[in-house]
Amino acid sequence: MSEHVVSAKTNIAVWLTLLVLTGVTAGVAFIDLGPFNTVVALVIATLKALLVVLIFMHVKYTSEKLVKAVVLSAVFFLLLLLGLSLADYTTRLLM
Amino acid sequence: MADSPIAVEHHNPALKHHFSDMEQQREASSLGMWLFLATEIMFFGGMFCAYLIYRYWYFPDFAAASSSLDITLGTVNTAVLICSSLTVVMAVRAAQLGKRQEQVVYLALTLVLGLAFLGIKGIEWTSKFKEHHIPGPTFNFEGSLPGHPDQPVDQHHAQLFFSLYFAMTGMHALHMIIGVGIFSYLLYYAWKGKYTPEYHTPLENSGLYWHFVDIVWIYLFPLLYLIDRKK
Repeated sequence: MSEHVVSAKTNIAVWLTLLVLTGVTAGVAFIDLGPFNTVVALVIATLKALLVVLIFMHVKYTSEKLVKAVVLSAVFFLLLLLGLSLADYTTRLLM
Repeated sequence: MADSPIAVEHHNPALKHHFSDMEQQREASSLGMWLFLATEIMFFGGMFCAYLIYRYWYFPDFAAASSSLDITLGTVNTAVLICSSLTVVMAVRAAQLGKRQEQVVYLALTLVLGLAFLGIKGIEWTSKFKEHHIPGPTFNFEGSLPGHPDQPVDQHHAQLFFSLYFAMTGMHALHMIIGVGIFSYLLYYAWKGKYTPEYHTPLENSGLYWHFVDIVWIYLFPLLYLIDRKK
């Protein structure tokens, strides 16, 4: 982890953004967007996760390239697991 | 090594002999924690995969079951964890700046918020117990499919939702309990002045663990609580 010290202002800005996005997630759930409710909820969740990983977990500021490689690999394998499993199960024709 | 610049450098007592300097030690520790978190991503990923498949197959029953969860408590808990991630980051920052008192305050706040999360979870699970929504011989889900008051919810599919709900939030809560234990340890040693600008690796890496558990909840909340809340 680099010795870059994140300013208190940046940390608080990220925190407030996360809280606002949480409120938006809960609020949008009551609006009828059909199948897009799930999409919107997951997109917002991913935005929140990105903020936490990049800033709170320092990945944006690290000089250690291997950390970024590990994070990207883990996400790749997760998407592989979910993607291939869902590609199978959601395309089956059931009675 | 007698002629190397490292041999003459006054080194931190926390520097282990197989590392050349504190920065290398810190980066190696951090990489180790990230590798562990990668395994945790796959560990939770398996449960998310199972959840997504059953939700796809039994969407209406899952939507009905999801609506019986308390959305207010779920949202509050999400906010509690987000606040705890802020206090963790501020604790690490205090260590980087050599402020012992501030470290202690932020670590204590993190602990309080973590315990608050677990307390609210306990309240939620208790109400699920009272409503007979815990999978098992006493399971009984009363309700109809959303938008179809004449069609009752399939008991097997509803029980499946709650099995996944308790497995995933239970595993998450276990991780929170472990986190509370780790942060109690950190609070004690921070108070004793162990973490300095030169050495605060346990704080940083425990912070990574805590943020990861927060991210798991960031995904759990919309997937479990917000399947179909339109009136």
